[in-house]
Amino acid sequence: MASIDRVAEPWGTRTPYGPGETWPARTDTYLADGIEPDDVDRWVPSATVLHSNGDALDIAVKDGRMVGVRGRAGDRVNHGRLGPKDLYGWQANASPDRLTRPLVRRDGRLVETSWDDAMGRVVARTRELLDEQGPGALGFYTSGQLFLEEYYTLALVAHAGLRTNHVDGNTRLCTATAAEALKESFGCDGQPGSYSDVDHADAIALFGHNVAETQTVLWTRMLDRLAGPRPPALLCVDPRQTPVARAATVHLAPRPGTNVALLDGLLHEVLTHDWVDHDYVAAHTVGFAELEKQVAAYPPDVVARICDVPERDLRAAAELVGTAERLLSTVLQGFYQSHQATAAAVQVNNLHLVRGMLGRPGAGVLQMNGQPTAENTRECGADGDLAGFRNWANDAHVADLARVWNVEPDEIPHHSPPTHLMQMLRYAEQGSLRLLWVQATNPAVSLPELARVRSVLSQDRLFLVVQDIFLSETAELADVVLPAAAWGEKSGTFTNADRTVHLSERAVDPPGEARPDLDIFLDLARRLNLRDKDGGPLVPWTDPEGAFEAWKECSRGRPCDYSGLTYAVLREGGVQWPCTADAPHGTERLYADGAFWAAPDTCESYGRDLVTGAPVEPTEYRALNPDGRAVIKAAEYLPPHEEPSEAFPLHLTTGRTLYHFHTRTKTGRVPQLRDAAPDVWVELSPPDAEAYGLAEGDVAAVTTPRGGIEARVRVGGIRRGVAFVPFHYGSWDTGPRADGTTGRAANELTPTDWDPASKQPLFKAGVAAVRKVRDGTGPAPAPTTTASAPAGAGVPPTAGGADALSDEGVAVGWAAGRWGTP
Amino acid sequence: MRIGTALRDLERSERGLARGLEHLAARHPAEHEVFHVGRDVASWSRVHAVDVAAAARRYEDAPEGDGPGEGLGRELGAALGGALDDPLGDATAAEAVVGDPADVPTDALQLLRDLRQVAMHAYGVSTEWEMVAQAAQAVRDPDLLALCQRCHPGTLRQLRWANATIKVLSAQALTS
Repeated sequence: MASIDRVAEPWGTRTPYGPGETWPARTDTYLADGIEPDDVDRWVPSATVLHSNGDALDIAVKDGRMVGVRGRAGDRVNHGRLGPKDLYGWQANASPDRLTRPLVRRDGRLVETSWDDAMGRVVARTRELLDEQGPGALGFYTSGQLFLEEYYTLALVAHAGLRTNHVDGNTRLCTATAAEALKESFGCDGQPGSYSDVDHADAIALFGHNVAETQTVLWTRMLDRLAGPRPPALLCVDPRQTPVARAATVHLAPRPGTNVALLDGLLHEVLTHDWVDHDYVAAHTVGFAELEKQVAAYPPDVVARICDVPERDLRAAAELVGTAERLLSTVLQGFYQSHQATAAAVQVNNLHLVRGMLGRPGAGVLQMNGQPTAENTRECGADGDLAGFRNWANDAHVADLARVWNVEPDEIPHHSPPTHLMQMLRYAEQGSLRLLWVQATNPAVSLPELARVRSVLSQDRLFLVVQDIFLSETAELADVVLPAAAWGEKSGTFTNADRTVHLSERAVDPPGEARPDLDIFLDLARRLNLRDKDGGPLVPWTDPEGAFEAWKECSRGRPCDYSGLTYAVLREGGVQWPCTADAPHGTERLYADGAFWAAPDTCESYGRDLVTGAPVEPTEYRALNPDGRAVIKAAEYLPPHEEPSEAFPLHLTTGRTLYHFHTRTKTGRVPQLRDAAPDVWVELSPPDAEAYGLAEGDVAAVTTPRGGIEARVRVGGIRRGVAFVPFHYGSWDTGPRADGTTGRAANELTPTDWDPASKQPLFKAGVAAVRKVRDGTGPAPAPTTTASAPAGAGVPPTAGGADALSDEGVAVGWAAGRWGTP
Repeated sequence: MRIGTALRDLERSERGLARGLEHLAARHPAEHEVFHVGRDVASWSRVHAVDVAAAARRYEDAPEGDGPGEGLGRELGAALGGALDDPLGDATAAEAVVGDPADVPTDALQLLRDLRQVAMHAYGVSTEWEMVAQAAQAVRDPDLLALCQRCHPGTLRQLRWANATIKVLSAQALTS
């Protein structure tokens, strides 16, 4: 068995393979010091929760405690591999500062209380507000971290029980554009492609997707293809020198805010060279003529100027995607959190539609997401949608959902799209939303323009309920804090970015009085005595499996059909939905036959105007797309809302690093991960650093029209004129500064602006100024293994040392499912 | 021939709509989507106005040209029952109400009123595009017809946006 420091080597050892071959298994294991595999009492099946890849693993349990994790070699997603966050992140569960009792605010301070008192207060306030104002006073802001069963229960309680339209998830920040782009192009949400497309592709294009850091195991799969015979060509679109960019055949680093122009330019070349599958376009799409007209305005010389990329590289990129026989494209935050987010993501779908690159091995689109259970908020209707990908603007869909829930259709609010998070925040700011219930997310660090967010969340007139596993910056502001059970302490299912459903079972007990989120929602429904139209309990189930069985019925016949799944089936490994009696082993790729969920009567959405966000009217959609084909939706480039100026001369882009998740509530409590990236930094290109008189490690003030932070400077591989700040760092471990700010959260700096179609906040659309505060005393606290690698020499490489040594079992002549080879 | 007059009216209406949208944005800076989209689509009207002015110059020799502010625009204003105080003039209805945008407290109901104003204004501009497009076909002016076909959809998108935003915000504004 090999021993390897996976902090220093995040992607582990190569197991090369060729096109069409099976990705060899490699079983990654990390066990607590002194524990050997034979010491483990039980291995409990689950999957990873610190990113969206959904890597299957077993949790090692000894004497009722978690003692490690091991990848599942037989699972379709990861073939045994785990990323650094998965190998070490489980240790956070046992942190001494877990929330173990409910808290309520008394005389300005949070004090411990009983569940009965805490829930009693929440229910009393809910009733008061319903009487006084109605359901519009109540809002739920959930997560991308709960389980399917919990989202589905929440969606039912909130939409049909309390009849509020204000339910969204923090998936709004990470995956809303993926969902919207899929709805725009294919009429319905649902990932077309599959991770196994990596095994077959001859070209992989990554659009704003630093997969090496966001989904390390998916990148490992790509690295193993790149190391094998007949590797795929790689296109990377990213303003930073990411590990993907360093491995790419062609790297385009466009000026921030110009993604639509770039894609229109690529499409211009694809059309000009007639790299078009005309039969596919004629049989399966509408809107091609409009695309031709639109992209005619974006020849390479024009686009090269707008995007500030070499025209030669642009042409090379177009040829790469235009001549591929099996093209896999992936898209993530570089597009989703940038100006014209949906319009840009939709152009990637268009590329695949005009090239007929959908639904066969190697030819697919992966509109990715950031969080492990983001897909489930979308399916269950806990994120600004209706359950089962039903169309809020289609009365027949609402009636069908009312049938499933046994309520009257007008009890489910559908007069307008479900309220997105940023609108909820505005209602709270205006005082019309008066109870906000936040679950497993940390808006006081993760939302844009934190000064504003703090002022909204700390209002006396807002009753703030926070349900979490730690006392986050947001929980500090709450009126009631409910201690929740974490992953590994409760059971449920969740679905990754390629539609693979995994079961995650309870391995250990939650600490103290902490409760599973499902139990909290069920308790709420009981206390409010929520009833269906026949007087029965609105939520008839009492446990996760009961919720799952109910969800199966809700999803039956819909695109995200779970009706063929059971907990017993899932114990054997992940399965991709739709999984039905006809497709009992799941469905690897959607739209294999060019058949879409886009017919006017079945589609989840009629689409939106990509510039204004105005929903397309049903009659208009019916006229445009009577036969339910894929929609090729062209988009014009619009200049960004904020451009660099004399006062703020740099573009500001925020993002993540490989070692942390969200606001570090877990990863910041894990020594190996905390120490790999212990503090915030600001990344600048060598010429910009020189221009501002900054050297590696110097302390700089980064300011924008919204606020300021101090950060140490990493002089690295980033586009000139752009500054990058990671968004993970709040103040739970350092305390707020005297001025009330975190002093270091990237979102002190970000503007409030969102994509009008997807409503996803644009964290990569700001401008900033940078100036030196003082000399540094050493290099910036930024990893050297990732996109933040230093440009110069002399920075010690990031390493985890003895505490990070983990095992890789690489099987020769791999046979599924067994751990413990060489 | 009154096409020149109609085009000058339309030019003023587009400029007025641009100002109306910009004022809407300026009055509601904390309504971030209204603020940003309002300004984005205001720029369409600015572009429209320039193109319409160029077309108007081609018709300026028309023998029966009307003076500014007369003709179609006035009649339209009357037909809309005064909903547009001065739909085609230099001062928009929004400006007439506002004064200095920063002085006006914004609440949810005021936002709805302002959006309604923009929707009515955009509807007025849309009907003017219809008029000009009809005339362009009658005189067989393909350039003018192309201009209508290029610009009028933008007006309709502005109108739909204002209307859609009203639909999203009304329930909360009126029930709280």
